[in-house]
Amino acid sequence: MSAYTDEDPRIHAIKTQIRVVPNFPKPGIMFQDITTLLLDPKAFKDTIDLFVERYKGKNISVVAGIEARGFIFGPPIALAIGAKFVPLRKPRKLPGEVIFEEYTLEYGKDRLEMHVGAVEPGERALVVDDLIATGGTLCAAMNLLERVGAEVVECACVIELPDLQGRQRLNGKPLYVLVEYH
Amino acid sequence: MFAAENGLRGDPRLQAISEAIRVVPHFPKQGIMFQDITTLLLNHKAFKDTVDIFVDRYRDMGISVVAGVEARGFMFGPSIALAIGAKFVPLRKPRKLPGKVISEAYELEYGADCLEMHVGAVQPGERALVIDDLVATGGTLSAAIRLLERVGAEVVECACVIGLPEVKGQHKLNGKPLYVLVEPREIDDCY
Repeated sequence: MSAYTDEDPRIHAIKTQIRVVPNFPKPGIMFQDITTLLLDPKAFKDTIDLFVERYKGKNISVVAGIEARGFIFGPPIALAIGAKFVPLRKPRKLPGEVIFEEYTLEYGKDRLEMHVGAVEPGERALVVDDLIATGGTLCAAMNLLERVGAEVVECACVIELPDLQGRQRLNGKPLYVLVEYH
Repeated sequence: MFAAENGLRGDPRLQAISEAIRVVPHFPKQGIMFQDITTLLLNHKAFKDTVDIFVDRYRDMGISVVAGVEARGFMFGPSIALAIGAKFVPLRKPRKLPGKVISEAYELEYGADCLEMHVGAVQPGERALVIDDLVATGGTLSAAIRLLERVGAEVVECACVIGLPEVKGQHKLNGKPLYVLVEPREIDDCY
């Protein structure tokens, strides 16, 4: 589901603040640039508030954010709902013991890492990123959390690209987004 | 300058923040005692206190820009920006920001790296804060200051959670004030 379809009055400003940059990082890709949203304090605050309103009081103790733009939205949400923030990172960034999950890219593979011990079995978790495209990264994130026994309550993104059908890759886990870009 | 020397001496929040930071020996290589702030982020109260201390310091300084250094600066900067009503500007590694950027090189122990900022993100005359998790040599923060000054902003202060011994006793970085919450901890057993 998305707040977009519910027509919350804050959504329009959020959507218009997101800049589309054509042909980045390569020809044919219309890049959804959220940095312009971050330049508008009210729209940025509204973005966070929309997520906080949805997740506060739901006994969520973990907000996992995907490097790097998930690090921009995740911590403010975590702080507001009383949860811990867990960064999910590219390889070799996290010190100490980690577990990793591989996922496929258009060409080749990548992996996402999480600290051992950051999340306890039974914890209720949210996964946050700026955007869902094919869903590959979010899927890897969910797998990491479930492998340590957490319950992924929902995936939350600012933007969805519905044409790439990422929603269907989430193994039935709910996805909540604020705006869609077709 | 350290927070304890600047109005927060004996503040129990600082002790808890310091203790919430994990030291990982020999990462990313032998001899480095890595100050891992991820354990601070797992402690909601300590994380919130960290942000609150910065917010209390900066909320009435007329700051309209919080610039955070990728990637750990992204974990602290946005919450501060939101609380003080400033915009958040990510300073990123090369080729991550789409569209037009300006670039500033800085030295590493071996070689060099670059920090980029979007053209148009910051206007001349804006008052800015630079935030990162830790300051060691100050090379990255200096590059961040140069980026902001090149577009005509005034860097009011650089703020970090942790300050390594190289900066102890230095109140300024490139002539800009530096504000740090805690020193790095040792760990009890090294191996």
